[in-house]
Amino acid sequence: MPESSETALLIEHLDVRFGKGDGAVHAVRDVSVTVKRGETFGLVGESGSGKSTVLRAISGLAKDWTGRIAVDGTDLGKARDKAFYEKVQMVFQDPYGSLHPRHTVDRTLGEPGRIHGITDVGARIESILRDVGLGPEFRFRFPHQLSGGQRQRVAIARALMLEPKILLLDEPTSALDVSVQAEILNLLQRLKREFGLTYILVSHDLAVIAHMCDRLAVMNSGRVVEELTADQLRRAEPTDRYTKQLLTASLGYNRATADSLLTFD
Amino acid sequence: MTAPLLEVDGLSVRFPSRNRVVEAVRNISFSVGREKVGIVGESGSGKTMTGRSVLGLIRPPGIVTARKMMFDGIDLLALSEKQMRDIRGNRISMVMQDPKFSLNPVMTVGKQIDEAYRVHSGASARDAKLRTLEMLEAVRIRDPERVYNAYPHEVSGGMGQRIMIAMMLVPEPDLLIADEPTSALDVTVQMQVLAIVDDLVSQRGMGLMFISHDLNLVASFCDRVVIMYGGQIVETCKAADLHNAQHPYTRGLLASLPRVDRPVDQLSTLVREESWKLEPGVDARIL
Ligand SMILES: Nc1ncnc2c1ncn2[C@@H]1O[C@H](COP(=O)(O)OP(=O)(O)OP(=O)(O)O)[C@@H](O)[C@H]1O
Ligand SMILES: Nc1ncnc2c1ncn2[C@@H]1O[C@H](COP(=O)(O)OP(=O)(O)OP(=O)(O)O)[C@@H](O)[C@H]1O
Ligand SMILES: [Mg+2]
Ligand SMILES: [Mg+2]
Repeated sequence: MPESSETALLIEHLDVRFGKGDGAVHAVRDVSVTVKRGETFGLVGESGSGKSTVLRAISGLAKDWTGRIAVDGTDLGKARDKAFYEKVQMVFQDPYGSLHPRHTVDRTLGEPGRIHGITDVGARIESILRDVGLGPEFRFRFPHQLSGGQRQRVAIARALMLEPKILLLDEPTSALDVSVQAEILNLLQRLKREFGLTYILVSHDLAVIAHMCDRLAVMNSGRVVEELTADQLRRAEPTDRYTKQLLTASLGYNRATADSLLTFD
Repeated sequence: MTAPLLEVDGLSVRFPSRNRVVEAVRNISFSVGREKVGIVGESGSGKTMTGRSVLGLIRPPGIVTARKMMFDGIDLLALSEKQMRDIRGNRISMVMQDPKFSLNPVMTVGKQIDEAYRVHSGASARDAKLRTLEMLEAVRIRDPERVYNAYPHEVSGGMGQRIMIAMMLVPEPDLLIADEPTSALDVTVQMQVLAIVDDLVSQRGMGLMFISHDLNLVASFCDRVVIMYGGQIVETCKAADLHNAQHPYTRGLLASLPRVDRPVDQLSTLVREESWKLEPGVDARIL
C-alpha cells in the first residue's frame, strides 16, 4: 500500500538488532508495513519472530534500528518526545513487568496524566477504570492484589489515559478470560469509532485478529512472510507455507498434527 | 479404583483486609488423576489461588483451609514448610502465570534451569548444561546456545514461557500445575510444547492441572474440565463436551469467543447473575 496523506504509520525496510559482534541478534529483517488512518493492522507469527520488537522500535524502546519509521508523515529519529507519546501509546505484552509493583493503580494511571498536564486527573482515572471494566474499589490496590486479567486492564487503562491516536497493542487480551477479552475488544472497537484511532495489534489468536483487523502481516524469523486481508484469513487462503501451518494449528490441539509441524527459516 | 494423584476437599482461600474479606476460593473439591484436567473461568475466579494452595504458596495475609488435601498418599495439610519445599519443584511443579516475574532477572536462563536440575538430580555442571540445552530444544527454542546465555529480559514473551516450562519439567514431577503456560505462544509452537506435556501424561503417568482461558484449546487438549466462577466450581464435564456445557455462565463464556468462520460486529459479553454465587457449587472429584 503506497504512502499517502491517509497513512498513519509507515515502516520501510526496518531492521532491528540487539547487541554487537558475534552475539548480535538480528531480530527484525527488512520489514515494510503501511497502516492507514483508522485501520487495525494485525501482526501474527511465531514466538520470537520479532513482533514485539517491531512495536518496540516504533515506540523508541529498541534503539538499534535502521530503515524508515514515519508517524502521520513525519519521520522518526532515535529519540521520542512528549508529543510522540501523546499520539502513540503501547500496551505491553507482559503486564507484570510493566506495572510498578509498589505503585497503586491510582498512581500508575495518574502519573502520565500529571506529566502531560491533564486537568482533573482523578475524574479521568475513575472514568477510564469504568471503561476497562474495573470498579472504583480497584483504584487504590497494588499489582499483587490483582489477578492477571485485572492487571492487564490497568495496563490498557494507562495507555488510554492520554487519549492517543495510535495504539500499539502487544497481546492485549492473551492474559484475559474470554468474556473480559470480549469486553476489551468491544471497548477498543468503540474507542476506535469514537476517536478515529489506529491500532497495530499483535495476537496469537487468529480469531481475535480476524475479528479486529482489516489486514495483517505474518512474521517468521524476523521477516514478514505474507500480508493478508482479514477476508483472506477467514477464507483460509494463505499462500505461504508457514501461514498454512499456522491455520492448521489454530484448529485445536491434535497430537498427530504436532508431529507434522515444520520449522521454517 | 486407586486413589487419585491429588484429592482436594473443601478448599477455601481468604484474604482478610481492614474492612472486608476477599473470598478468592470458596469450598471447592476436585481431584487430579494421571490425566489432563483443565481449569477455566473468568479473570479473578480463583484459578491461580487454587493452584498455589496445592503447593502451599499462598502468602500472608492469605488463609488457606481445607478438609483434605492428599497427594499420592501424603497429607499436604500436615506438612512442615521444609517438607513442603521438598515436594515443591520435585514432585509437584508449577509453571507460573507470569514467567518473567518468576525468573531471576540477574541470572542467565541457562544457569537457572541448570540449578533446578542439579538440585533435583545432583548432576555435574557439565551434565546439567547438556540436559538444559536438550530441554530448551525440546520446547522448540530455535537457538538454545544463545538463549542459554541470555538474561530473562533478552528473550521474547513466548520464549520466557517455554523457559519456565522447561525448568518445571526438568525434575520430572508427578504433578504439573501449569498456569496459563502457553498464552504467549503462537499456535504452532504451542501445539509442539503441549505435545511434550501430553506425552508425559500418557507415557509417564504425570498428572496435569492446566489453567487456561483458551476454551478451544482446553476442549481439544484436556481430558476433563473444571469451570470456576466467583471462587467456586460451577460445572465440570469431559473436555470434549465443553462446547455443550449447560451452566449459563459457561455458555456465556463460550458465546463471547470470536470466530474466524462467523464474523460479528460486536462480541457478546457475559451477563452475570447474582444467583450464581449463591449456588452450592459442584464436586469435581473422581474417586
Ligand atoms: N533486549 C534484547 N536483547 C537481546 N535479544 C533480544 C532482546 N529483546 C528481544 N530479543 C530477541 O529478539 C527476537 C525477537 O523477539 P520478540 O520479543 O520481538 O519476539 P515476538 O515475536 O514478540 O515473540 P513472542 O510471540 O514470543 O512474544 C528473539 O529472538 C529475542 O530473543
Ligand atoms: N493478595 C491478595 N489480596 C487480596 N485479594 C487477592 C490477593 N490475591 C488475589 N486476590 C483476589 O483473589 C481473587 C482470585 O484471584 P486469582 O489470581 O486466583 O484469579 P484467577 O482466576 O487466576 O484470574 P486470572 O485469570 O485473571 O489470572 C481475585 O479477585 C483477586 O483480586
Ligand atoms: Mg512478543
Ligand atoms: Mg490467574
